[in-house]
Amino acid sequence: MNYFVEAFAWISDNLYGSNGVLARTWEHLWYTVVSVVLASVVAIPLGYLVGHTRRGRGLVVASSGAARALPTLGVVTLFGLIFGIGLLAPLVALVLLAIPSVLAGAYAGIEAIDPRTVDAARAMGMSEWQILARVEVPLGLPLLLGGLRSASLQVVATATLAAYVGAGGLGRFLFLGLKTQDYPQMLASALLVMALAVIVEGAFEIAERVAARRLHTT
Amino acid sequence: MKTRIAAVLAAAVLALSACSSANPMGSASTAPSGSASASGGTALVIGSQQYYSNEIIAELYAQALEAKGFTITRQYQIGQREVYLPELQAGKIDLFPEYSGNLLQYLDKSATAKTGEEVLAALPAALGSSLRPLTAAAATDQDSYNVTKANADKYGLASIPDLSKVGAGLTVCANSELAKRPYGPPGLKSEYGLDVEVIPVEDSGGPLTVKALKDGDCLTADIYSADPSIAANGLVTLSDPKSLILPQNVVPIASAKVNEQAASVIDKVSGSLTTADLVSLNALSVDQQQSSAVIAKGWLTSKGLLS
Repeated sequence: MNYFVEAFAWISDNLYGSNGVLARTWEHLWYTVVSVVLASVVAIPLGYLVGHTRRGRGLVVASSGAARALPTLGVVTLFGLIFGIGLLAPLVALVLLAIPSVLAGAYAGIEAIDPRTVDAARAMGMSEWQILARVEVPLGLPLLLGGLRSASLQVVATATLAAYVGAGGLGRFLFLGLKTQDYPQMLASALLVMALAVIVEGAFEIAERVAARRLHTT
Repeated sequence: MKTRIAAVLAAAVLALSACSSANPMGSASTAPSGSASASGGTALVIGSQQYYSNEIIAELYAQALEAKGFTITRQYQIGQREVYLPELQAGKIDLFPEYSGNLLQYLDKSATAKTGEEVLAALPAALGSSLRPLTAAAATDQDSYNVTKANADKYGLASIPDLSKVGAGLTVCANSELAKRPYGPPGLKSEYGLDVEVIPVEDSGGPLTVKALKDGDCLTADIYSADPSIAANGLVTLSDPKSLILPQNVVPIASAKVNEQAASVIDKVSGSLTTADLVSLNALSVDQQQSSAVIAKGWLTSKGLLS
């Protein structure tokens, strides 16, 4: 229990400054948001394409399954050797980490829709774009949010690796604490990452409820 | 409901206790002491750090001892000092290649030793009664500040104090812990009056650090002196006239189970191991991806230590 007390004391002693808890937490959140947004830009259109056309599902499932198995530290090191140190390498690795979940959420959301609903929309004379925009995207939203939620959770927990190649984030405290046997600092960093994860989860919980409510009222 | 909770708890306790006996070190301690070696001793457990060069040295000890009839259990790649040292102190590992200066600083935060001799002289007391250092090798593998050849020529850099010629904004690419080490920025400030900022690259002077140095992300990089990448990349190691960086002689740390006969075998290995040897051993691993067993066999054979 003593470690926890020391960890909280460490946090309150190191809140401010360019290497303070607030700055590093903000960086960490920022990396997470950027990674998930970039992953969404790639994965959501691709997921919708696969979900709508029902083509290429096997390829997407297999390749995103394989991407999930990529060890992120290895990817960070590999891209670090290509791009040099800094934010770019961990960012690429985190985007690669986030893509499979977002992709799965996007196509599964559309795939889960009753084909009769889509057929009915088509029978009403909707174009394929209208079907996608007015039927499939709204009905698939809960599953897409679920995908974004699990992607964000993975990224927020893994963004600590950014510090491995000279970028910031809460990983700074984790690495420094580990190597200098400063376990209160290490625990503080872990607690902050957990707190961020809980906040991100909470935000998605609210978003999912709002989405579900709108789906039922329309 | 209550019985179900009790059952779950019992299962959890069982699972936890199963975990504790599945400790990778556990097998070492339960190694059959009955399988005594030809020379009458019991099986010796040799460990190594999670550092390829350290594993090569451990393998040198292992094969040299095996050649003399000892039975060896290998427990390589055991993390860093905070992980393996307690195992060593608990008697679960009998022999471990260590680095004199860092080991002393780890054991005794207030150590004042500066030279290689002082460090080695201070080690036995710091290790306590259960462990002892055997004869240290001439080989050293220590932190060193390196610059690119281009920057060395541009600013005229040969030693650490020369860095003052570069001006403000000095940076060093290194593991983040360098910022807290006595030979890091605190020592650079107090001994040489330099303000140096650490740019954290957490691969212990490996390829990412070298790349960052060559990319110009930092002026200097902390790289282990026995790393073949220093020569391979034409880096210039800055000399340290005030001995800020503690000498890191390779020194075997032994438990009481390592008898005089075994110690004399290891002493012969240490007696032959120079820094140049260590660099070339490391190069075989880095450049040719040879296994530690192959590298160790080749070196021991060339030194006549397997006969």
